Amino acid sequence: MSDKVISSEPSFSSHLLYVMRENPVTAISFFMFAVLLFCAIFGPSIVPYDPLASNTSNALSPPSAAHWFGTDNLGRDVFSRVIVATRLDLSISIAAVALSFVIGSFLGACAGYWGGWLDAVLNRILDTIMAFPLFVLAMGIVAALGNTVENIIYATAVINIPFYARLVRAEVNIRRDAGFVQAAKLAGNSDARILAFHIFPNSLPPMMVQISLNLGWAILNAAGLSFIGLGVRPPTAEWGIMVAEGANFVISGEWWLALFPGLWLMFAVFTFNLMGDGLRDLVDPRKRT
Amino acid sequence: MSGRFQTIAMRIAQALPVVMGVVVVSFILTRALPGDPAVYFAGQSATDESIQQVREALGLDKSLPQQFFIYLGDLLRGDLGQSLSTGQPVISDLARRLPASLELTLTALVLACSVAIPLGVMAAKKPGSLQDHICRVFVTAGVSLPTFFTGILLVYIFYYLIGIAPSPLGRLDFLYIEPDHITGFYLIDSALVGDWETFFGALKQLVLPAITLALFTMAPIARMTRAAMLTALSSDFIRTAKAAGLTNSKVLYGYAFRNALLPVITTLGMVFSFMLGANVLVEKVFAWPGIGSYAVEALVSSDYAAVQGFVLTMAILFVLLNLIIDISYSLIDPRIGFEAQS
Repeated sequence: MSDKVISSEPSFSSHLLYVMRENPVTAISFFMFAVLLFCAIFGPSIVPYDPLASNTSNALSPPSAAHWFGTDNLGRDVFSRVIVATRLDLSISIAAVALSFVIGSFLGACAGYWGGWLDAVLNRILDTIMAFPLFVLAMGIVAALGNTVENIIYATAVINIPFYARLVRAEVNIRRDAGFVQAAKLAGNSDARILAFHIFPNSLPPMMVQISLNLGWAILNAAGLSFIGLGVRPPTAEWGIMVAEGANFVISGEWWLALFPGLWLMFAVFTFNLMGDGLRDLVDPRKRT
Repeated sequence: MSGRFQTIAMRIAQALPVVMGVVVVSFILTRALPGDPAVYFAGQSATDESIQQVREALGLDKSLPQQFFIYLGDLLRGDLGQSLSTGQPVISDLARRLPASLELTLTALVLACSVAIPLGVMAAKKPGSLQDHICRVFVTAGVSLPTFFTGILLVYIFYYLIGIAPSPLGRLDFLYIEPDHITGFYLIDSALVGDWETFFGALKQLVLPAITLALFTMAPIARMTRAAMLTALSSDFIRTAKAAGLTNSKVLYGYAFRNALLPVITTLGMVFSFMLGANVLVEKVFAWPGIGSYAVEALVSSDYAAVQGFVLTMAILFVLLNLIIDISYSLIDPRIGFEAQS
């Protein structure tokens, strides 16, 4: 069970098939992810109605054959809005997670490899970020930077950086003096090259799990922020706003306004949570056959 | 005994730089306001002169380090600025609303622990069994639930469909009179004066928001209890206890559970972070008059002093909670010494 660097792989697709055969839950979660991706890419062109077109003569009608998820208070089709919102919600969370992955990995890898004052300073900064309840910090950042979608992405990225930086730092730190690293050094590789191509790839398997869980959190976080009126503005279709708008009608019995966007949001988060383990199998070099 | 005091003093000393960091971050957030705050505070019909006046009044014409020290001095005097929407000092607004949030959060925490810990123990007793799978599904579903959505769902089911829950509007129905302010916790205040009618009125309002918040926090507690119990059950002292012929329940609860509780207490820190965040959403759904809904109202009306005061209060609260958790941890477990870590 020695650490190996990911190198020339047999074939990515055959490995993917192998992983999916091994664990049916993984296969299901990949399928669910494919559905989400399909909605995000093709959603706007396949939905039956314009998500922004209001039709007040048909407002608040319950789910029917024509409107699968019913219509909202302005007569907009809830199904179309839910599907179209997939693109926005996924983009926000993927962009935020990608940002925190890149920044967190870079900071964590440097701190773990070189240690010293760099490590100490980084740790203090991360401690400070973690000292805030994360959602509250995100609220504060969006309030300070201004109420836009980009700032939701930055805020979500900032609150997730500590998780990546800590993880990478620990993974890099334990391999800093490993045999294969010394061998690479003797072969004349530079520090940066060793760090990027020899040590860092080994921290990817646990990172993949983190990314997957984090995507779920990021979606929840973004939806939560827009639920309290930050970031995305109506009439844009977004799950958090749709639930917030629907909440006003739940008390009078129009349940479909809030239920369907809420369920779809849950479906997305559930997918990412399930996918975590599957992704680990996919990228773990020791699982390759 | 002196070693233990030293440990606690060490831990408190470690919290100071974090508090300092929190204050710096909150200062940066205050200064990062979009646009010129002076223009904003001067109002719609401001002239160049009045803007300049406001700028001097707010101390914005000074250098950043100077502003930081002024900010620090204000904080030490408990001055978080004026709220634009209520016209009151932010600190008194927050102090008035804090008990409502604490009552909700603590009730939810007790509820979550009393369900999640037995669930985790049950799952760990027989790994791979039906109970274990139920626990896992429950935990995964729990972390996937958006809090605000669960809240709305519960309102629909229990208020609209079944009609056993009161309307989701605040801490007490208007039929009841607010209990006299003693602790600010309605349940405790009404019980203290023996006003059981108000007690049950407040309890009825509290049930749904507390369940909503608890559902969200059960998942990490149950998962951690299960993992900690599995570790404890596979350790040598349990094998010895079993070999010595102790009864199953004695081994399980007397030895394994007590040891498993320690890592669970550590995760409570993380759980609090989630809870204080989720609190904001739950308060919004149930119109709960706590500091979370105060911050949401402030955000909507761009009342930045109130928002920053809220963020700072939450952070300080969270640092304090973590401190209490760590200290109680070192009091419970005699093996823990912080000098070993550094």
